[in-house]
Amino acid sequence: MAEQNKELILSVRDVKVHFQVRQGNTWPWQPSRTLKAVDGVSFDLYAGETLGVVGESGCGKSTLSRAMLNLIPATAGSIVWLGKEMRGASHGDWQTARKDIQMIFQDPLASLNPRMTVAQIIAEPLRTHKPELSNDEVMQRVRAIMVRVGLREQQINRYPHEFSGGQAQRIGIARALILEPKLVICDEPVSALDVSIQAQIINLLKELQREMGLALIFIAHDLAVVKHISDRVLVMYLGHVMELATKEALYARPTHPYTQALMSAIPLPDPELEKAKVIQILQGDLPSPINPPSGCVFRTRCPRAIEDCAKTIPPLHESQPGTLVACIRA
Amino acid sequence: MFSKRKQLALAGTVADLPLESVKGRSPWRDAMNRFARNKAAVFSVVLLVLITVACIVGPWLVPHSFDDTDWGAISLPPTWAGTHWFGTDELGRDILVRTLIGGRISLLVGLLGTIASVALGIAWGAVAGFLGGKTDSVMMRIVDMMYAVPYLLIAILMMTLFGREFYLVIITIAVFSWLDTARVVRGQTLTLKSREFVEAAHAIGVPTHRIIFSHIVPNLLGIVAIYTTVTVPGVILTESVLSFLGLGVQEPMTSWGALIGDSVGKMDQQPWMLLFPSLFLCATLSCANYIGDGLRDAFDPKDR
Repeated sequence: MAEQNKELILSVRDVKVHFQVRQGNTWPWQPSRTLKAVDGVSFDLYAGETLGVVGESGCGKSTLSRAMLNLIPATAGSIVWLGKEMRGASHGDWQTARKDIQMIFQDPLASLNPRMTVAQIIAEPLRTHKPELSNDEVMQRVRAIMVRVGLREQQINRYPHEFSGGQAQRIGIARALILEPKLVICDEPVSALDVSIQAQIINLLKELQREMGLALIFIAHDLAVVKHISDRVLVMYLGHVMELATKEALYARPTHPYTQALMSAIPLPDPELEKAKVIQILQGDLPSPINPPSGCVFRTRCPRAIEDCAKTIPPLHESQPGTLVACIRA
Repeated sequence: MFSKRKQLALAGTVADLPLESVKGRSPWRDAMNRFARNKAAVFSVVLLVLITVACIVGPWLVPHSFDDTDWGAISLPPTWAGTHWFGTDELGRDILVRTLIGGRISLLVGLLGTIASVALGIAWGAVAGFLGGKTDSVMMRIVDMMYAVPYLLIAILMMTLFGREFYLVIITIAVFSWLDTARVVRGQTLTLKSREFVEAAHAIGVPTHRIIFSHIVPNLLGIVAIYTTVTVPGVILTESVLSFLGLGVQEPMTSWGALIGDSVGKMDQQPWMLLFPSLFLCATLSCANYIGDGLRDAFDPKDR
């Protein structure tokens, strides 16, 4: 990816999303504790590229994506969208930004209002952001986008419960694309679908991305899916970025010990290779984001951890061309 | 129909389906279809409509007035011979017309009391649930406090302070019957608020009032419809209790509860005076309960 030639659309610097939580059996006057869901994430996103975000459950991928849309406001850091600082921006500025940033959700059926027809669901972004359009024009665009995502026009008056999961996700994609946004955030868009449907949806997304010049932030925990669709991949662990690399570099030469462990867990299609493979199993569980380890958050489970790892949070640095890694030993 | 479908199946491809838009079945229509298949519920609707129509139209057709005394027929048992088919009370008043007139009052109280309590309950519950946090806590603690107040005591106080007015009966009933609705609506709003389609609406940038009216409220209507039918018998029963205790409507006007209350003392001499109002009251309450059951099953086919 020749990033220098590309237009920078989103620049995220040291974003933190912290929640004040109160645990059970505490008095109201006791101080609440801080849950660090996302703790200092930085990345850039260029027009038309796909950034994959991977990490285990609870590592803050979804919270990060919600912060990009101010659904969960970031508590610190900076989010620059098309050259404009969005953190703490007014409601009106966010409304303007939302015309260009849309989202696709994990559970396709749950993300559609059961009491609205397909037409009403897909038209909602148009009615919200372009109220000046006539009813005929709205319906014309709805029909056009339905055909484009592989739905049949005749289904326009149907209700979500009459669709399968894959079709419902197509409705979700149509809703996200009807405003012709610049960025679509996909929060595990295929993990609720079965494998053959997953491939259809992923290929549809790639196709639409090429046609419309979309940038995608693609959140997943399936590394094979991420490899298929991404240009660059961001590996997260406990709210921190572990590694940010181009797809080629990451899958060929994973640098961070956490990424290496993840890669070793991908099943290989060749049974001979699969048998010979050594899966590097991480010991223990994900630590609590309320009380994260000092220094490098991964050190408690890292096979290569040394004493220095506990001292400072390792900064993201370039270890080889195309790879940024947060590890003092890489 | 079947052969047409078979032809389509033989033709093999979906492209052969008719090109005009297929009309989808809304969840409402689905629910109504399921309701229509529930025999007990449909029968209850028919019976309830019959009772209502009888109470509205009946008093004009019966050749007696509810407060007329027929000196020739004091404490007359039910008979086909004359015009007092349901008999008369000890003042010679026709029981049939009094039952129908009493039904007007009871059904009217049921209707108005329910509207008032459901409206208050939805507003209170939806606001508490949607705003959440401290507002929610304060609002729901008020509901808890209201639960603890003995409503009969307040009813007696209000009746003795302000006199026995019809509208006071309805207000008293409304003030105490919205609590259940408020709790249920709040709970439902809380679950809806965290559903993904509401989050999707936030992500699109749909303004808050449109989220409430086009995403939250339509999804509340099912549960509200059920609660409305459950509230109706409760309200009618409360009015009956108040009238039974002599706190409801004033003589010679009457209601089912008042009629029953008057006649319990004479049930060994004039059992018909107790029988007919009780029959009407029981039939109405059962119908409302069956309709409520039918609606619940229709809206939540999974939860049966």
